[in-house]
Amino acid sequence: MIRVQRQDFDVGAEMAALSEGETGIGGIVAFVGLVREIAGEQQLSAMTLEHYPGMTERQLEKIDEEAHRRWPLTASLIVHRYGRLEPGEQIVLVLTASAHRDAAFDANRFLIDWLKTKAPFWKSEESASGSDWVEAQSSDDAAAARWEK
Amino acid sequence: MKVLYFAWLRERTGTGEEDVSLPPDIVDVAGLIEWLKGRGPGYAAAFEDLTAVRVAVDQEYVGLDRPLDGASEIAFFPPVTGG
Repeated sequence: MIRVQRQDFDVGAEMAALSEGETGIGGIVAFVGLVREIAGEQQLSAMTLEHYPGMTERQLEKIDEEAHRRWPLTASLIVHRYGRLEPGEQIVLVLTASAHRDAAFDANRFLIDWLKTKAPFWKSEESASGSDWVEAQSSDDAAAARWEK
Repeated sequence: MKVLYFAWLRERTGTGEEDVSLPPDIVDVAGLIEWLKGRGPGYAAAFEDLTAVRVAVDQEYVGLDRPLDGASEIAFFPPVTGG
């Protein structure tokens, strides 16, 4: 399942909802991405996430389906926020549930690596010197490329 | 045909979305970009470095050689930075 929303999410509530009635789950891995206050040398006051409504959901669904093709997942959830977020706020949640931990850990890493390079979101950072679009990192491309096959 | 711009491409072109009627000799994404560049300095600035521009046709990633046949929505944006 995937969701794109402006509002915050409750990790505990999302995990409970994901595993409700699913007694075959042996473990759930959770990745939570937060707004970091330091970007390079800059102290951030906030970050604004823009996205492409429609394409974002489509890309996230494709990535989620790919994870289910590759690993025996019982359930998964991606929640990604947009709008203006301040340091310490939650940006993204990836939950992966499986009978065994290997699949849950690997699929979780795959999902966050792939969504970083495929889901159409753009971050703009606000600091004392103004606001600037974040440039894509080649390290993110390298992380995503590990899962190409 | 609907054309969308995001992030700094939206800022440089000065628009997030517009409807365009293309001349018949514009057949692919590369041709569309050349045509858009002629619309003003903001457009020329948006498309000055195509290595920093990604393209989606009907919400799927495509290359510059993608024909425009049957396309209804074309989006231009920088490499993505979510997560």
